[in-house]
Amino acid sequence: MSLLIPLDHITPALLPQIGGKAFVLAQLAQQGFRVPRAASLPIAAYNAYVDATGLRERILMELNRKDFQDMRWEEIWDAALRIRNMFLTTPLPADLAAALTAAVHEFCGDAAVAVRSSAPGEDSAQASFAGLHESYVNVRGAEAIVQHILLVWASLWSDAALLYRQELGLDVAASAMAVVIQELVTGECSGVAFSRSPADDTQTVIEAVYGLNQGLVDGVVEPDRWLIDRQNRRLTHVPPSSRPAAYQPEGQTVALRDLDPRQAARPPLTESQVWEIFALAQQAEAAFGSPQDVEWTIRQGDVHVLQSRPITTVATEKKDQRPWYLSLRRSFANLQMLRQRIEGELLPAMTAAADAFQQEDLANLSDADLAAASQRRREAYNHWKAVYWRDFIPFAHGMRLFGQLYNDAMRPQDPYEFMTLLAGAPLASLARNRRLEALAAQVRQDAALAELVRQRRVSALPPEFQRELDEFLRQFGDLSCPVTGGQCQQGPEAILRLVLEMADHPPRAAAPPVDAASLTQAFFEKFTGSKRQEAAAILELAQASYRLRDDDNLYLGRLEAQKTAAMNEARRRLQDRGLDLSAELPDDEILKALQNPAYVPQLPEKAEQTSSAVIEQARQLIGQPAGPGLARGPARVIQAFADLADFHHGEILVCDAVDPNMTFVVPLAAAVVERRGGMLIHGAIIAREYGLPCVTGVADATRLIHTGDTITVDGYLGLVIID
Amino acid sequence: MTTEKIRHPVPPGLPHGISSLLAAQHLAVLATHHQGQPHVSLVAFAAGPDGRQLLFATTRTSRKYANLQADPRAALLIDSRGQAAADFHEAAALSAKGPVREVTGADRDGLAALFLAKQPHLREFVNSPTCALMALQVQVYELASRFQQVLTYRLSP
Repeated sequence: MSLLIPLDHITPALLPQIGGKAFVLAQLAQQGFRVPRAASLPIAAYNAYVDATGLRERILMELNRKDFQDMRWEEIWDAALRIRNMFLTTPLPADLAAALTAAVHEFCGDAAVAVRSSAPGEDSAQASFAGLHESYVNVRGAEAIVQHILLVWASLWSDAALLYRQELGLDVAASAMAVVIQELVTGECSGVAFSRSPADDTQTVIEAVYGLNQGLVDGVVEPDRWLIDRQNRRLTHVPPSSRPAAYQPEGQTVALRDLDPRQAARPPLTESQVWEIFALAQQAEAAFGSPQDVEWTIRQGDVHVLQSRPITTVATEKKDQRPWYLSLRRSFANLQMLRQRIEGELLPAMTAAADAFQQEDLANLSDADLAAASQRRREAYNHWKAVYWRDFIPFAHGMRLFGQLYNDAMRPQDPYEFMTLLAGAPLASLARNRRLEALAAQVRQDAALAELVRQRRVSALPPEFQRELDEFLRQFGDLSCPVTGGQCQQGPEAILRLVLEMADHPPRAAAPPVDAASLTQAFFEKFTGSKRQEAAAILELAQASYRLRDDDNLYLGRLEAQKTAAMNEARRRLQDRGLDLSAELPDDEILKALQNPAYVPQLPEKAEQTSSAVIEQARQLIGQPAGPGLARGPARVIQAFADLADFHHGEILVCDAVDPNMTFVVPLAAAVVERRGGMLIHGAIIAREYGLPCVTGVADATRLIHTGDTITVDGYLGLVIID
Repeated sequence: MTTEKIRHPVPPGLPHGISSLLAAQHLAVLATHHQGQPHVSLVAFAAGPDGRQLLFATTRTSRKYANLQADPRAALLIDSRGQAAADFHEAAALSAKGPVREVTGADRDGLAALFLAKQPHLREFVNSPTCALMALQVQVYELASRFQQVLTYRLSP
């Protein structure tokens, strides 16, 4: 039996093997619609591949490192990236490769094709997977087609697809992917038609663009729209603001090309063509018995149907989350705009806000004014924290976009090799740590100076050292306040302690040099012409994204420090009144007492501790390998910022999430363990910069590991072993 | 964690990952030693009501019985493997360590009934005068799941 099933051999019984897209195309062909020549590669080929190579179990092991429910989507993205790389680096078994290449060659020879996903369950009335899996247009030659089949298979495991299947309660372990290979019809114009508008089911909507459909589907090219009243056939044309460009086949892919000005001046469809598409949409609706979303293209006057699927939004009450999942993928253009906004507006505004707070003289405010100032600072901090989540976190996609481009081009064994090309960009927290190391180096070489620092005789310090210390405090000092347990701007105590600790040990050797330059060169050699420029632009964006992943924490950290400073002043005043303040007293209680001298602040009620005769201890915990290396040492578990003050050289930093203020101690640490998961999070990036073993995404890390436990961090496998 | 259906009452007080394995599994691997040479045997087991005792039966002429007479320290491995590739992401393995004693006297009838409720086909074997009912008093459970996650549970005496 041939591996490929041509459209005219497809029967309803084959649906579970070939997926909805292939089945619909077969039905369209059998009902007389003009569809491009196509064949299905059923799930049997996918299953043969993942079983013969052991990929099936490797994928499930990857996904089972943690409860799916407990995974942050960054961790899901990381898992998806690793799985995608498994497909890129695991060749087909020789017999399957030979059979598949022969079947593909026999089907399409050297003609250009589209390689499309057709997951069973996809495009059914219950679930629309539209856009969740990959399709590749304009692929030519059996070998290239087979490579793209692997990419379509891999897209079964994209983060968006994983999340969406989870949402629908579909069994992840049972999923498999079929593929449609469809001859490419290069139309002069293309578009979609909704037989009933999702917004108003009395209307049919037609959207059309010049060239291929990609621009319309991705939202890059604004289409012409026609609205047609299904009853009275009234036609309304809504032109786009302009028609600058169209997608055309180019090389082994498609590319956006400028339109001829004469073409750009008129709509892609004539009125008679609009009516032809309208009739097509009604025929498709009649053929399938439900409203349809029809994708079409026109070549030399003939309308070809590329696919048709039910419109799931009509009369469905259930809220469709798919757009949100799709939004996890961000385009280059979208990220460029985000970068401008962050660098041009948001970061300067955050700096201005922190500067303004720094000008306020808290000590001279009345109690009522201090309470109001505290409240303003809390609100500002909360506002910027929300901005951080909304705009800064998504900008991390810049790294992801580059990671995928790099992995596709290079197929590296290490799916995170691309990070090497991003690292080395100047990070603010590293600059800060270098300044600390410079102070420590002086102390290390000068016993007399070390003694003065040990005795904290600040006024007796040599002027040059004092000047550097003051300069450090001026620039970074307000960031140090959490290290001292909330004593902001109280002098150099915390910094001197840290400098001494660093000076007591030899300086940390820099991370082993990696040859980023030759990797970068090898990467660029995979591209020619305009594609190389695009690759360079994506790399540049990713480097900005990498820098911001660190720097944004510092900007937010400054605002947090201002908030803390006001609260500390409030606490100090209450203590002066003779109130005995517990560190656990919430800010709200402090502010109430500040405004009302009669009020006695209340401690929150504590959950009762249940004693158990069974004592749980961790022996070996599993997380994600986020920085290679092996280290063993005593754990320092950070439950509160004040715990950082006790951090010693050679300890292993165990925390919920590496915070900007914690990067002070990272040069002292032997390894980093973090509950929060992900390869591209702050802690992982800083650990990588210092060449430290790092494991992230360890559930319950700060509960199961205790300060003083001797632990081993296996950064290759993502394990933490407790003695 | 094990996905098998629980057919026996779950001992209270233990984490679900442990109690569900104890309830769902019927066979365990017993490790003893003879002068330092490890010896492993497959045994049918049942958990005591609180999950702190693991019961198995053996003839008094068996090698494991002799080994345990010489040194009562032993370990039992209880797992949910299905001898398939899927074990790597699905299976959980529980190791129990502690001293083993032979159950005699007033306890025997009650614990034998408990053991036979789970292993009814061993009635003749257990009731034979040559068969000893043994109990491992669990001091430590070690639960491995997700291929490499290992948690230890110390049971206070």
